[in-house]
Amino acid sequence: MGMTMSQKILAAHAGLDKVVAGQLIRAKLDMVLGNDITSPVAVNEFRKAGFTEVFDKEKVSMVMDHFTPNKDIKAAGQCKLCRDFADEMGVVNFYDTGTVGVEHALLPEKGLVAAGELVIGADSHTCTYGALGAFSTGVGSTDMAAGMATGEAWFKVPSAIKFNLTGKLNEWVSGKDVILHIIGMIGVDGALYKSMEFSGEGLKNLSIDDRLCMANMAIEAGAKNGIFEVDEVTTAYLGERVTREYKIYRADDDAEYDAVYDIDLSQIKSTVAFPHLPENTKTIDEVGDVKIDQVVIGSCTNGRLEDLVVAAKILKGKKVAKGVRCIVIPATQKIWLEAMNMGLFQIFVDAGCAVSTPTCGPCLGGHMGILAAGERAVATTNRNFVGRMGDVNSEVYLASPAIAAASAIAGKIADVSEVL
Amino acid sequence: MNAHGIVHKYGDNVDTDVIIPARYLNTSDHKELASHCMEDIDKEFIHKVKAGDIMVAHNNFGCGSSREHAPIAIKASGIACVIAATFARIFYRNAINIGLPILECREAAERIENGDEVSIDFDTGVITNVTKGETYQAQPFPDFIKDIMNKGGLINSIKVK
Repeated sequence: MGMTMSQKILAAHAGLDKVVAGQLIRAKLDMVLGNDITSPVAVNEFRKAGFTEVFDKEKVSMVMDHFTPNKDIKAAGQCKLCRDFADEMGVVNFYDTGTVGVEHALLPEKGLVAAGELVIGADSHTCTYGALGAFSTGVGSTDMAAGMATGEAWFKVPSAIKFNLTGKLNEWVSGKDVILHIIGMIGVDGALYKSMEFSGEGLKNLSIDDRLCMANMAIEAGAKNGIFEVDEVTTAYLGERVTREYKIYRADDDAEYDAVYDIDLSQIKSTVAFPHLPENTKTIDEVGDVKIDQVVIGSCTNGRLEDLVVAAKILKGKKVAKGVRCIVIPATQKIWLEAMNMGLFQIFVDAGCAVSTPTCGPCLGGHMGILAAGERAVATTNRNFVGRMGDVNSEVYLASPAIAAASAIAGKIADVSEVL
Repeated sequence: MNAHGIVHKYGDNVDTDVIIPARYLNTSDHKELASHCMEDIDKEFIHKVKAGDIMVAHNNFGCGSSREHAPIAIKASGIACVIAATFARIFYRNAINIGLPILECREAAERIENGDEVSIDFDTGVITNVTKGETYQAQPFPDFIKDIMNKGGLINSIKVK
């Protein structure tokens, strides 16, 4: 029996020829990541255990993206603790206000993650880098601390579900709709403890931004990681950003999967996840009349340039509906500059949107767009749990940038065809 | 290692945002986190919970964010063990890494009710429902994980000697 893509990467990093699902291993890490919420806990653990240096100054990333620019005095203290630690340890990849971006948009952009690498991050959406053919998974702060100290982590080797992609997406339909469709189909624990592996001839029709968005939400199906087969789209993306050597791992022909799903991309419709779970999906034609108070376009899921371009195409020359607040958050400084230089900010501001500096902000109910009791938001983010964006009696509807932009104009959840 | 206490029972997909809402994540102080534990689904929890109590839930407990603040808040609130039919994987490893005992047992998750008195033998994985006079068998931890738990969590197990 052969190995899956994920199993091959794990085996290689554990120094083993072969691993099987369920096996407990220790493996060497290529990158250990934390943010301003999870790193302080890790730093405290690291110090408490008596460690005085990180295993590799180049292989630790600390990204101050959640409550930054510092939202209050306590958050400022958390960031300061991280900054002092990074200074003391000589952590090269420390990003703070001015250089920071939302971590899972930032690391791929900076070339800090590549195909075949093993990455852990104290942030659940660390699974994003599977889009580039890496095995990357979210862990907690203690794993981050141990990873920073030893350069290793323990893993239970996952089995996998395979998604065989065919066809091509229709206009205004994106990777977000594909992953929401999949989560709706298999449920929020449909891939619990497993890898979600994406391959097939339809892959070539998905951009890197679409893939990053899809791998990002693997955790929303309970998955350990999401991973895409590496193709020319991947190598072109990595070629512009990664100078070190990386290795491409392909699944064996006789790899075993717990399930195989065929997904025809041309059949995917714009999809919205209703409160309070990402699996509560409806296609846009089933949504009905849902009035909204806020729209958020951004996050590690959908704050990339392609997302902003799509939103701008729809918002151009239009106005955000009266009573709706539309917040656009480019995910990194680079994306911010590119969007500005393309004239997208003119379109957003003319339409009545607010454009923010990069931050996770409202996605987790942190700051920069909190909901009051009884309010509803359409967000391009990844979670719509109870109280996720604010009051426990507020609601979040997850959607693509296209649907979010259309909804901002309509004042209710709307398809693009209703506003163009 | 054993636990014995009164059960606080919850349903499916108890996510980390309701275990500890993000608005309280600007601190890593264990006691402060515990004071908001379960706030968004059970405002009374923190007033009812007593040291040694047990939390029981159905499927996918701890789904969502990787915040270790979630198992920390539960542990610091006094909960001695969480039993669920299944756990979300990051919560599962976080709980092990910080030394919060957790057990997967579908039968226990289905049979145990809120307020039941339950005792647990971690070595054998036997869960006894004292109120109902029933026992349920959970899978005990593999040795690899037992070793981390016995040493008081991951950091202690790799501590600088």
